[in-house]
Amino acid sequence: MEGFWFVLTSVFLISGAFLIFTGAVGVLRFPDFYTRMHASSLTDTMGSGLILTGCLLLADHEWLVMAKLVMIFLFLLLTGPTANHALVKAALHSGLKPKLGAEPS
Amino acid sequence: MRHTLSLILVLATIWVLNSGHYTSLLLSLGFISILFVVYLSHKMDVVDEESQPFQLRATIIFYWIWLLKEILMSNLSVAKHIWLGPNSISPSMKKIKVSQSTDMGKVIYANSITLTPGTVTVDIDGETFLVHALTEETLHQLLQGEMDRRVTQLEKS
Repeated sequence: MEGFWFVLTSVFLISGAFLIFTGAVGVLRFPDFYTRMHASSLTDTMGSGLILTGCLLLADHEWLVMAKLVMIFLFLLLTGPTANHALVKAALHSGLKPKLGAEPS
Repeated sequence: MRHTLSLILVLATIWVLNSGHYTSLLLSLGFISILFVVYLSHKMDVVDEESQPFQLRATIIFYWIWLLKEILMSNLSVAKHIWLGPNSISPSMKKIKVSQSTDMGKVIYANSITLTPGTVTVDIDGETFLVHALTEETLHQLLQGEMDRRVTQLEKS
């Protein structure tokens, strides 16, 4: 692997790892369940997206591996919001009130 | 019929891409399993325009690209709020009107809202979504209705 591609791959992998770390920090820092869900959705959209893009570059010209990585990404894009919605809806219906910062106008 | 053919094609693509072996034994085993899955799907009555949505416009590809850009922007915004701390957020919840007429359109819109970090669809009741947002700003952006308009355009045939 040549210099430029190596640097590009590293940038994708490191920024992906940083976003996942940020998501974890957000889950710890935010005040209630609903806001924490927002932080965790950071990890399953762009965090995993960037890491998978880095892996795509690493898998140079192995088409089957690349196809599988793309499939993983598409699968995450479908399951992530579904799981998030199910969790949030279950929380609301079982009576957990969200902490609202300000009254929406 | 169209839906069945499309299901077979999708299953075959997934099988071939995941297998990577092209001996006649494995290919025939794959063929048998595809037929079995198609048979089961027919029994479950899920081979219809919900699982194989042909009625959507082909411009959905441009919508995906636009949505990826939106996801990128809102990711950066949520990451900024995480590092700024809990005092920088103003969680808000509001019922919004949707303009999609089909179930498929509503599902795409609700899923897109949830997919972009910072907003999540909490509940769906007919023509209204209950949306929770991390900041008032993101909620206002959603209320401007660009995403709503783009999704509605997809379902017109």
